[in-house]
Formats: sequence, structure tokens, C-alpha cells
Amino acid sequence: MEAVPVLSIFAENKPGKLEKITEVLASEGINILGFSIISVKDFGVIKFLVDKPERAYQKFKERGFTVAKVLCLGVELEDRPGGLYEIVKLISSKGINIESALVYVAETRKKAYFVFEVENLEEAWQKLKDEKVNFLKASDFINE
Amino acid sequence: MEKRYFNPKIELISKEELRALQLKRLKRLLNKVYKKVPHYRKKFEEAGVKPSDLKTLEDIRHFPFTTKEDLFVDYPFGLLSEPLEKVVRLHTSSGTTGKPKALFFSKRDVMAQAELIARSLVMSGATSKDILQNSMTYGLFTGALVMHYGAELLGMLVIPAGPGNTERQIELMKTFGTTCIHMTPSYALYVASVILEKGLKPGKDLKLKRAYLGAEPYTEETRRKIEEMLKIEVFNCYGLSEMGGPGVGFECPAKKGLHIWEDAFLVEIVNPENGEPVKPGEIGELVLTSLNREAMPLIRYRTRDLTHFILEPCSCGRTHIRIARILGRADDMFIVRGVNIFPQQIEAVLMGIKGVAQNYQIILEGYDEMVVKVEFDRDFFDGRIERLLKLKEEITEKLRQAIQVRPKVELVEPGTLPVSEGKAKRVIDKRTL
Repeated sequence: MEAVPVLSIFAENKPGKLEKITEVLASEGINILGFSIISVKDFGVIKFLVDKPERAYQKFKERGFTVAKVLCLGVELEDRPGGLYEIVKLISSKGINIESALVYVAETRKKAYFVFEVENLEEAWQKLKDEKVNFLKASDFINE
Repeated sequence: MEKRYFNPKIELISKEELRALQLKRLKRLLNKVYKKVPHYRKKFEEAGVKPSDLKTLEDIRHFPFTTKEDLFVDYPFGLLSEPLEKVVRLHTSSGTTGKPKALFFSKRDVMAQAELIARSLVMSGATSKDILQNSMTYGLFTGALVMHYGAELLGMLVIPAGPGNTERQIELMKTFGTTCIHMTPSYALYVASVILEKGLKPGKDLKLKRAYLGAEPYTEETRRKIEEMLKIEVFNCYGLSEMGGPGVGFECPAKKGLHIWEDAFLVEIVNPENGEPVKPGEIGELVLTSLNREAMPLIRYRTRDLTHFILEPCSCGRTHIRIARILGRADDMFIVRGVNIFPQQIEAVLMGIKGVAQNYQIILEGYDEMVVKVEFDRDFFDGRIERLLKLKEEITEKLRQAIQVRPKVELVEPGTLPVSEGKAKRVIDKRTL
């Protein structure tokens, strides 16, 4: 299965929280490839696709953050009008519900991936693996 | 296992006979204090009641409570209902300010309390072959001496170790083959950790079988921890000097609540705010009347301890009522939107929900708003916000059902709330009225 790890960090809605989180990545020389923020009133979850996920996970843990690794699927997007639409249409046609998503721009104006989280990864993979799409591989971006 | 009783006739007494015995003793008691204790007579008169007004046990609710403050009226001998020459023992209990509460016992009182202890020890499985290391404080405090007399009455060998000097405690256990210990739960945790640090193997190097832990509130988790560390059974015991010390409430092997010996105590649970009886099974303040006390009986004594009745018949066969382990102090109660709430009710709900960690905080603010901050379990977080939202919804709904007030629940990261210790500040009231 071509699944990729995304870090998910719990964050109370307080000023400075995102700053503290990104500071960890900056000080450890970890590159953020894509991110998303979901917020519900008093708390939120911040997700990162990074080039050193294992190192980032350990560092977040060490510094007392509440962090989890979530395996996601990444599908290449075509850089043209309707690119995202085509991919989302494909996913929904298989009855797969996207729980969260972020975009990873691998090469500016050339190559991007739609990285999304589903409830049942294995099932989603089985439904999508034979489609004519390019999956993001962990080896494409992980550098540790 | 064979069931054994110290005094089967009274321990297995039918509920009807027990009520009849209580009524007989209560009538006699009310008459006695009315006649012999001016302070009680005055209080009864102020409340407009006479001992003859009591026709049933339920009528006790018309009689005035006795509070800690009453113990300091005509101090120290004012509440004696027997001449001083009949008194053989003084115990004191530290008050929060100034003078200690002074409690007196006749020879009969000392032996009667010893019997309650002996019943309780047999209830836990102990016999005269057991060796009890008594590591409570000997002296003015009731804890050690009262247990000592009870264990001797049963015929156990008692090692009057007293508290502290952990090295010596462990030496005594090893040398004399201690099978039972009596101490506070916090000290038991400490002793257990030292035993394990020394590399001693409970069950092999030590012969410990049971611990009787009391004199301070503790949780089921602490019980399990000590049981696991020392490979023993821990029995929760409850007592207060005003009621004769330990032996008031004691667990049986079912370990589902503490039996209170109802031939010795009339047990009520009331709303701490208005003194009215709570509904059966509801949390409230424990109120005790010492039915069998000779020298210094107390009528409807407000213990300030919170608990609730466990009403189902007990598997051990004893008919005497059970209460839940002490949940906290009545002084912890607060009122939101007209509803009386105890932090313990909230804690009980939270501890029953998967994904919730140890710590929580209750904040009262604005126009009677209640915010409950709850730490979730670090392992519970799987990166999905949906899971947290479901947890928050579950907490809100279960709290609403338990306390009839819909709180605003905030999930916070583990480790961000003040650590829970015995007297952790759980409730912060920011309301301005």
C-alpha cells in the first residue's frame, strides 16, 4: 500500500500555540511539505506532511505535545482547471469519505498531491489502487 | 469459601429485627440524653421535640442535628451522659482551629467498639492465627488503640508498631511474619514502594495477606495499586473519633461498599445544604447516631463526609447497610442554577468514560455557567478530530444526565491542569453575585 504518514497535533485555541508547534519543526531542521488546520471552537488539530516524520514525531513527544501519526493516501493532481475536481469525484464515486486533507506541492506549477485521511485506509486503498492515478510514495519525500 | 462471622446472630439479623432493635435503642438514647445532658435538652426544646415524639425510626428527622460546634459547648465534659467516674478513655480529634474535639468512652464503650472491630476483621477473613502490625498512631488519636483492642478481642497477635520508621516496619514484618497491616493508604503506598525497592518478594519474603487502610479517603485505583504491589487484599475502613474511631464502616470480601454496623449506629444520608434526607442511592452527607454509646452518645452527628447508600443485599449475607467509599467532604458542594453538585459526582462520571485522564477542573463563571475542563488520555488521541468531538459530546451528555445541568465541556491536553492530590482545588468559582 502506498500510504504516507501525516503528523496530527492537538492544539488548544490559544494565541501562540501554532508558533510553538512550528518552532519545533524549524529548530529541528524539518521541512513542512504541506499542512492543514482544523479548528472547532476551543480546540483544533494541526496536520503536517514533513520530510522527517519520525524525527518530528519524536521531537513533538519529547516536548510534551499530543501528537499522532495518521497514515493517509496521496494522489497526484493535474495542474489545470478541474484537476482537484477530477480526483475528488473519483474518490467520492468509490463511496470513500474524506476526513481531512492537505495539498503537497512537490514542484511548483508542475506537480502536486492531494493527501487525504479516510476512516478505513485499507478499504480505500483497495478501491483506488487500480485507478489510473499516481500515488504519492513515502520514498518520494521522506528524507531521514 | 466457608463463611465465618464473629457474632452471627447480630450480623445476620433480619432487617425487621434490626429496625426493632434500633428503635428500642434510639428511644432509650433520646430519653437518656434529654434527661442527663443539658445541651441536648436545650436543643430538643428549641426544636420543639420531646423523646416521646419518636414513634418510628423515621421520626428521627424531627430531632436536631449535632455538629462539630456542639462538641465545644460546655467543653470538655458538657456532652457526657454518664458521671466522669464511669469514663475510662479520652480520645481527641484535631479541630481546624484551637481546641481539639474531646471524646469520652466508658469501659463498656471501649469493649463495644472492640467488638465492632472484631466483627470487621473476621468479615475480612482474619482469624486468631493472624498477626496484625498496627502502624497507625498510638495516643490521643483513635486509629491505633481502637483497632488494637478489637484485634486482641479476636485473639490476633498485635504488633503495636505505630507509624513511621519504615525500615523497622519492614523488619518487623519479616521477623514476626506479619499477615495483616493497619495503616493509612498513603503510608501503605510508601511502605510498598520501599519493600519493592529492597527487592523483597511479597508472598515469599513477606507473609502479608491483608491491609486495612483508612483514616483518609483514597480511590479504587490506589487500592488496586497497593493490592498489586504487595500481592494482598486491601480492605477499606472508615471511622471517625466522634463515633469511636475505626470500626464504623468496613468492607467485606465483596469490596462493594462498607458495611456500617446498624445495631451500633443509626445511619442517615442528608442533603448537606438543607438537612433533608436524599433520595435512596443519592450522594449526600453521612449522619450518624451512636445508638450503643454509653458515656458520650451523639445524636444525628453531621460527619461532613459524602457518600451514598448501596441498597442491594450484600453477597456476604450481612444485613447491615452499606455505604460507598467516602467521596469527599460536604464542604466541597456548590450550587449551579439551583442544583446542588458535588465534584465527586462529576469525577465519578468522568472516571467511567474511556479516553478521559485523571485530571479535571470545574470553573463556575458568568451567569451561572459551569465549565468542566477535562484532560483526555494521550493514547486516546489518534489524530482525528471526530474522535475528540465524540468524546466531548459523550462527556457533556453523561454529565447532564448525572447532575441535571448541561455543562460546557472543554477538552484539554494531558498535563495541562493542576495535578490531582488529596485536596486539589477542583472548583474555581469566578461568579460574581
